[in-house]
This record gives sequence, structure tokens and C-alpha cells, in this order.
Amino acid sequence: MSVAVKIPVALRPATGGESEVTVEGSTVSEVLDSLFERFAELRERISDEQGALRRFVNVYVSGEDIRFLDGLDTEVSDGSELTILPAVAGG
Amino acid sequence: MAAEKLKCKECGTDYPLEALYVCERCFGPLEVAYDHSRLDDRGALRRKIQAAREDVWRYAEFLPLSGPPPGPGNRAVPLGGVPAGWTPLIRAERLGEQLGLHNVWVKNDAANPTHSFKDRVVAVASARARELGFAALACASTGNLGNAVAAQAAAIGLPSYVFIPADLEEQKVLATGVYGTNLVEVRGNYDDVNRLCTELSAEHDDWAFVNINMRPYYAEGSKTVAFEIAEQLDWELPDRLIVPIASGSLFTKVARGFEEWLDLGIVDGRLPVMNGAQATGCSPVATAFGAGADFCQPVKPDTIAKSLAIGNPADGPYALDLARRSGGSIDAVSDEQIRDGIALLAQTTGIFTETAGGVSTAVLAELAARGDIDPDERVVLVITGDGLKTLDAVRDSFARRQIDPSVESFDEAAARAPLSAEAAV
Repeated sequence: MSVAVKIPVALRPATGGESEVTVEGSTVSEVLDSLFERFAELRERISDEQGALRRFVNVYVSGEDIRFLDGLDTEVSDGSELTILPAVAGG
Repeated sequence: MAAEKLKCKECGTDYPLEALYVCERCFGPLEVAYDHSRLDDRGALRRKIQAAREDVWRYAEFLPLSGPPPGPGNRAVPLGGVPAGWTPLIRAERLGEQLGLHNVWVKNDAANPTHSFKDRVVAVASARARELGFAALACASTGNLGNAVAAQAAAIGLPSYVFIPADLEEQKVLATGVYGTNLVEVRGNYDDVNRLCTELSAEHDDWAFVNINMRPYYAEGSKTVAFEIAEQLDWELPDRLIVPIASGSLFTKVARGFEEWLDLGIVDGRLPVMNGAQATGCSPVATAFGAGADFCQPVKPDTIAKSLAIGNPADGPYALDLARRSGGSIDAVSDEQIRDGIALLAQTTGIFTETAGGVSTAVLAELAARGDIDPDERVVLVITGDGLKTLDAVRDSFARRQIDPSVESFDEAAARAPLSAEAAV
């Protein structure tokens, strides 16, 4: 599956300034792995030592928080969009 | 001024005092750090504060501007804007009596210009935004923040963009649109609005999203609730606070205000016990507290307390830590308890609060009933917004009589439904 990943401003230095990157994968976890293969620096910024997402990282598949889906195992379809965003407080 | 840098709350990396809000290394939130080494001694500082203007800027030493407070004489920020803060701290004897408590105060932040505590955070965020040269204000809002941003932008002459969930209370929508803002209703809940605005803030880097790219400055404004309470209690700290939790920003920053003053010796004593209040229809932080977890599982909100309806609370981990280390708790109450809380506060203090205040009042009542509060403790109930913002919560909650303008008609009605000669509560 080919998936577009939207990169937040704070992580763009690690992608050479690119705001959207297309990678392959059939689950969120695979998509992120493909992303880390291309941009090794992203891994430690998004993931902790155990491979889980850091606690202030939110990941969305086509607008839905993956914590309401199957987390890192959430399946992605061809052409879907994965968004990485920092958790932001306010109201 | 004493603001020195931004610092990541997670990994401690330093950043300059710019429109940054997230750590590039670990994605943690950034917070303002201060250098208070040149602060006046305690007596001089207290006198200086007491002689200062009656709004949040009386505490300018502890707020993150690089120049003087906004207003005439400040070249960078010449317009004073909406005057926020310095709200009453009211002794609530009758409320305490109902709950078996001897020392209850209400911090009535409904008395702010747009009728919620959000005027404080917007005052600080907008002043910093002007120092940084931004030409527009924006926000993602559950309603109260939208009111405050639209009003502040009007007062200082900037365009504004307010993003709200499409299902908000009509009162909050009308009280935002009247200020001439660009009001955008998003088909989704607050968490959808917040996600959208986080994306938009990257595309519109000339907009100051007060609670996104200006968040480190915005959040500092909530400390003024703590400073005022301490000053209004004659430079003493209360034993306990009840504060509503949406994202957890207010809850944690009020404690931060007390801690800063304790560290600097401006007040003595210890951090008050911090009790957080949520609605069961949106209680990710209370649920995590009850489960002993140190992070929150997000939820889809379903509650009448829309100003607290944040299902993905970013400051949740810090709120949990604060409740635990201060000896407090985070509790949740039902929509029915929220309505009862609104009525209890109204009928014992004369203060009409919105649903969020009903949440806080109901949690106070629950803690008192549970015996968690010593009757002699000095307790402050923080009321964050005005009841006129959420009128549906009290609709049909009391009897009304309609009569002709004659004594006979009145007597007839009074015979049908007897009038009470007692106070309501």
C-alpha cells in the first residue's frame, strides 16, 4: 500500500524540510518503519526504546486517532493519509 | 522582564522565547523558564504588586513578556486590550454550611470581561504575540476561548479566526460572533478541531494560534488564578483547591503558580491539595487516576459540560502526577450532578455558573460527602465560567407562575402552587 504521511513542522528538519512523504506499508507500524528507513533520525523522535509511540505523539489515519482504531496495528489502505501531530492542550 | 527561555518539560532541551510549542527532539511540550535572581525582597515585591494595576499584569514579573505590560507607554504593545483577571474571591458560608465545611471560598472567574477564565490566558498570549509581531489571533475552542480571543482581537485591532465544534451552545456562538471574528464551525468534536488547527498553524505561520503555537505563553496566564488567591487570602495559601479539568492546563498551571511563589519565598506553607473535576461523559483523566495509570486513554466526549469536552487531554499526564503528589484526586460527576451543582452554587452563593462550574461544585460536594475534606480546611472552589453561557442546563429546572396583573390572580396562583417563605437551600 502506498500511504501519504504528513510531517509536522517540528519534525521537518529530520525530513530535509519535506512536509509530506509517500511510503509503503499495510499497517501504521509498517508505514512508520518505512518512514524510519528513509529518515533514520525520525525513529527516536517519534518512538521510545520499546518501539511504542512517545506519549506526546498523536497519529491519525484519515483523521481518526489510531488509539480509537487498532493502534500501531491499524490497517491502512492504498491512498490513505497518515498524520503525525504533537499533542496540544487548550480549550 | 524575567522570562529567560522555553524548556521542554520532558527532556529539558532549551529553546528561545519564540512561537514554538513542541520539542523537536522528543515532541514534549515546551514551558517558559524564568530567571528570578534579580527579584525584589518579599516585602518590597508584595508592596509593588499591591500598588499595581488590577488585572493580570500586576503579576508581570511572573509572566512571559520581554517588555513591559501592554498599554499606553509601551511602544511594542500600545493597546491595553481587554482587562483580564483580578476577579473576586468570595467567602461562601452558606455553601460551606450545606456541605459541613467551615472555610469555603469561591474564586469567581465568571467575573472576567468575556465571563470565563480564558480572558487571562488570552491576555498573555495576545500580548506576547504582538511582541513577536503576529498580525492575527486564532484558536481552537470549546467556546469560552473563542469568546475571549474574538473580544481581545477586537480590542487590540487585529483580525481573528475562531474554530469551534459545530454543536456548541448557541450562547457561546453568539457571544463570539458579535465581536466580528471569522467564526468557523467544524463538523466534528473539539479533538477534531484541535487536530485541524494544529495542521492549520503549520500552513498559516503568521497567525498566532493562542493555544497552539503560542501555548507556552498562553498557559502561563492561568498562574494568575493562584497568585490572586494567595494575595486575596492575605498572602497565605489555601489547604485545598477544586479545579475543573479539560486539557489539564489550568489545573497544572494553578499549582505551578503556587509552587513558583513557594520556591521564591513570596508565600510560606505547602502546595494545596489539588482536586481535579471532570464530567463522567468525558473523564479520561479521572478514569486514568482511578486506574492508577500515568497516561490517559482518549475518549469520545458525551456530556453537557461542553467546555470540558476534551477527549484527548494533552496535559493529562501532568494532571495525574499533580493530583497524586499533592495528596488530591481527580473525580468525575454525572450530568445530573452537574445540574445539581449549578443549582447548589446559585442558591447558596448567588453565583450562576456554567456547566464546568457545576462540575467543580458537584465534585466539592462529593468530596465533602465522602469525608475527604477536614471541616476546618481552607477550600477554594474555582468557578471558571458564567451560567449565561449554558442556559440549557437549567431550562425547566424550576416552577414558574404566570398571572394577570391583579391581586386576585396572584392569590389564586399562590393557592394553586404555594409560595415558599424559606430560602431555597
